[in-house]
Amino acid sequence: MTDITEAIRVHAPAVSSRPSSGPWRRAWHILKRDRATLLAAAVFVLIILSTLAAPLYARYVSGTDPFRSNLSARIMVDGKRVKVMQASTEGLGLGVTPIGPTWGPQYLLGADTQGRDVAARLLYGGRNSLLIAASATVICLCLAALVGISAGFFGGWVDKILSRILDILWAFPVYLLAISLSIVLISQGIVIGPIEIGSDSLLLPIFIIGIIYVPYVARPLRGRVLSLKQSEFVLAARGLGIPAWRILLHDILPNVSTMLIVFVPLMMGLNIITESSLSFLSIGVQAPDASWGTIIQDGQTLLYTRPVVALAPGIAIVLTVLSLNVLGDSLRDALDPRTKLV
Amino acid sequence: MFFAILQRLGQMLFVMFGISALVFLIFFATPGSDPAARLAGRNASQETVEAIRKEFGFDRPLPVQYVVMMKRLFVTQDLTSFVNRGYRIVPAVVAAAPVTISLVAGAAILWIVGGIFVGVIAALTRDTLIDRGLMALALIGVSMPVYWLGEVMNLISQSRFHDTWMFSWVPALGYKPLMEDPVGWFKTLVIPWFTLAALYIGIYGRVLRANLVEAYQEDFIRTARAKGLSPARVMVRHALRTSLIPFVTMFGLDFGVLVGGAALLTEVVFGLNGVGRLTYQALLNLDLPMILGTVMYASFFVVVANALVDVVYVLIDPRVRGN
Repeated sequence: MTDITEAIRVHAPAVSSRPSSGPWRRAWHILKRDRATLLAAAVFVLIILSTLAAPLYARYVSGTDPFRSNLSARIMVDGKRVKVMQASTEGLGLGVTPIGPTWGPQYLLGADTQGRDVAARLLYGGRNSLLIAASATVICLCLAALVGISAGFFGGWVDKILSRILDILWAFPVYLLAISLSIVLISQGIVIGPIEIGSDSLLLPIFIIGIIYVPYVARPLRGRVLSLKQSEFVLAARGLGIPAWRILLHDILPNVSTMLIVFVPLMMGLNIITESSLSFLSIGVQAPDASWGTIIQDGQTLLYTRPVVALAPGIAIVLTVLSLNVLGDSLRDALDPRTKLV
Repeated sequence: MFFAILQRLGQMLFVMFGISALVFLIFFATPGSDPAARLAGRNASQETVEAIRKEFGFDRPLPVQYVVMMKRLFVTQDLTSFVNRGYRIVPAVVAAAPVTISLVAGAAILWIVGGIFVGVIAALTRDTLIDRGLMALALIGVSMPVYWLGEVMNLISQSRFHDTWMFSWVPALGYKPLMEDPVGWFKTLVIPWFTLAALYIGIYGRVLRANLVEAYQEDFIRTARAKGLSPARVMVRHALRTSLIPFVTMFGLDFGVLVGGAALLTEVVFGLNGVGRLTYQALLNLDLPMILGTVMYASFFVVVANALVDVVYVLIDPRVRGN
């Protein structure tokens, strides 16, 4: 209700002064006044900027290579030289425990089992997590748009075939599909003609995550296109003899574009969680590369002694996905209140 | 009605065929590698690979291979692991199923009750601080990776607060069969149930609130209030009833997603030896026959469960029944 009254209040003078204000401009006016949206956008931008600064952090602040094990290093803490891997004080005193959070420039969040700087890995890992999630979102939305719009617009046998394929993918639990694809691709990589993709390539998780959610977007898109096809303005356009491709470009696409935009942050949030889950199961990002999921996996053995290793990337995931979900919710309210993501 | 059910069952068979063909193609027809070597696992000897090639007919056309594989999975059920020699796949999956079902069923009860509770309270206190707080919590629940939440719960209940009165009852990680030790079964599963349900309480609470808010704009609610029904009755008998309809479909889908996904992650974190953990261990060993078995059985289970939900839907919903 508040959104509607606000929309009217903001929009009312525009009738006289800005006759051309369309749905995009109206949405922008709603969004830029919503504090939760602005906060979420700020958090998200901040996270992106800090992951982009990962090399700077590793070079000038922590001063260690976050991808090489560093078991014998010593660092200065409070003016004393201490080992990164400390002799265990519990039990029989055997084995070593990585250093805990120093809250200083070096080993801000402590070290992992390889003696690597967790804070630096967190930033590098965030890069991979965000990169994979964003690329997978692009792949997923492009494929879903292609499939959903063609199925809805062309109808007939195109629709029949595409819908059957979607039925199968829809009924296939996403994680099982992802596991099947991952185990085969990540154990050996893939060779398609001249292109050879190594088993540790980031392209594999991008491709896998990009595919598995296609039916979740394509199905609602198809439904929207079907109902648009029956709407009066499309019938009128057809009655005027306008060619199909023109109707598709000028009448259908602009009307589903809002829906696609709303899906962007929501899918990206879902993809971040999926990527981290697959990496946690060791079928996502492969060592020595890091992502938030692999860092949580590394931290699993240290959970009771050095919980920060597993906690920090999880908090990063929650913050990122939360900000994306808030953005997605407000975008939907502003642009396209009918869109629903399962 | 009979025709509708028959149609749905036909669709189910088609989807089952589609999934099995898809899995088969992913596992044995991806370009660039030898399926026999893949099936044999890491560091397999050349003789084993050759034996597998013969046994599964990898030197014969694809449709033949498909039939051989399906027969060994579902008819003779004698597919064995090559990483753990002679370990039979199908009995292992069947033995692990009760663990997964215990986990998912308990969580499902929790999330339905929790989701309805959150949705109803939020809708009743619309636009107040309580509503905003609940919706913020629900959104956080939706934004948390389930395995990470599980680790946080472990950290709290197994380590940091294990010696306080709050969590001293929590047993060590693992599963206890319901029939042998009902109390132990319950105790080991309580925290996994809450962990698994958190995400779904968030989703269902949000959806239900939106549906209820929408329902309160409807004429029949105005009528119910105008004729003097108590607010509680309006909520339970009128608004909630229509708002719960989408839950049936959602539940069928989520149950499937869970058996084949989120439950896997929860099982791994809590050391519950269900189908999911079986899959995970096979993943670590690159034990392809085992993964093939769990993927196939779990996804078939999901497809059948979804079809049953739809059949129930046809039976209870007069609008569908009419067609």
